[in-house]
Amino acid sequence: MAELSTNHLLGIKYITAADIELIFKTADQFKEVINRPIKKVPSLRDITIANLFFENSTRTKLSFELAEKRLSADVINFTAGSSSVKKGETLIDTVNNILSMKVDMVVMRHPNPGAGILLSKHIKASIVNAGDGAHEHPTQALLDCFSIREKLGDLHGKKIVLVGDILHSRVALSNIFALKKLGAEVKVCGPATLLPKHIGQLGVGVETNLRKALEWCDVANMLRVQNERMNMSFFPSTREYVLQYGLNKKILDSLPKEILVMHPGPINRGVEITSDVADSKQSIILQQVENGVAIRMAVMYLLASKLKHA
Amino acid sequence: MRRELLVDSKKIQIILHRLANQLIENHLDFENTVLIGLQPRGVYLADRIKSLLEQSYQIENIKFGYLDITFFRDDFRRNDKPLAANQTKIDFLVENKKVVFIDDVLYTGRSIRAALTAIQSFGRPSQIELLTLIDRRFSRSLPIQPDYTGCQVDAINTEKVSVMWKEKDGEDAIYLDEK
Repeated sequence: MAELSTNHLLGIKYITAADIELIFKTADQFKEVINRPIKKVPSLRDITIANLFFENSTRTKLSFELAEKRLSADVINFTAGSSSVKKGETLIDTVNNILSMKVDMVVMRHPNPGAGILLSKHIKASIVNAGDGAHEHPTQALLDCFSIREKLGDLHGKKIVLVGDILHSRVALSNIFALKKLGAEVKVCGPATLLPKHIGQLGVGVETNLRKALEWCDVANMLRVQNERMNMSFFPSTREYVLQYGLNKKILDSLPKEILVMHPGPINRGVEITSDVADSKQSIILQQVENGVAIRMAVMYLLASKLKHA
Repeated sequence: MRRELLVDSKKIQIILHRLANQLIENHLDFENTVLIGLQPRGVYLADRIKSLLEQSYQIENIKFGYLDITFFRDDFRRNDKPLAANQTKIDFLVENKKVVFIDDVLYTGRSIRAALTAIQSFGRPSQIELLTLIDRRFSRSLPIQPDYTGCQVDAINTEKVSVMWKEKDGEDAIYLDEK
């Protein structure tokens, strides 16, 4: 009933639609909590959480840390750049060392896909995947769907298009899984070089024309070109990408209906979207960030409730 | 499961009127008073009392809210029962106000302890009182007592006092259930 079907959050692939609904219901309550004068609840005061970030992050790291502190958990932070990973320590050794300090939960971002799954087989703590390579970023997908639900209600039958670098995007994959589980219709749009060959097998439509995709959708989720994951050239120049796939106010205003515009961040202003779109009233980018804290609080609260008290 | 009727709907009405009058006696025009119904079941009692005060006793503009205490409970991770939170709706600060918690059954007192901590997130009340329909007299685990009581019931651990409301359960009644 009111319990998650899993002890970890490794990917949307591994959770059910009922789990997602439970997370949303719990996040509704936490959204109220983070708008109170005193934004703290004592629920996780006997839990210690380690944030292991082996890759750069602003939003996700701050969001998780804030969520953990609002739940009164003890938080320790680990950034790969300033650690013994540089001296050659393995992932499992790093984590086991941290666990010996009696850490209950691990929030991890790692450049290798499946790092969280490997870890879950070797360690006892609860693991939350904060992004593993180009594989999944479950909390981002949850907050994206939560944000859409806040504005448009039940996601069943709603039309969402993911625009941009789908090939290298963990946000895209997790969003596809989540939206499909919740009954939405999904299309991906981008240059053919950035659309995975068999993406249609996930049950999503494929569109290479931005205008057609935008005219079809209720919501456009604009994704960043993941230059750091590219080892070759996927389009002739950034200028060409912008001309074909960049969203500006002129296009937005010319659409038949008012769509919602989303972006997981960080935004390259003038590339995926222009400043006037990012700051327009159709953009829910900042609500996404606020909802991120509530969603992460819900995820950690629900995972912690499965860790029985000593 | 054995069920015994403790209080019927007619007597509940009389009790609600008495409680409303006791509140008026202490709070007069409710200028500086706030009524808070505790989720999940105190909210029905709180709604009833508020309607009574407004309709039968012409008290206007009563400040009113719902408080959910799930995240302040002391049995998180100690129960096998999972906990689902309900809505907290307090659209004002309780700074310097007289707060009246309204709950249906006062048993161990742990819900009230959680509510005392939870309400601090909304300011510092000048005083806090407790109104409860049923006081399970000798079952307290903490030093907490009600200020306004509907009726006292002596029940043992294997018994449960269930308060039914017309809006939710189809009738107004209080039952003693043997588990």
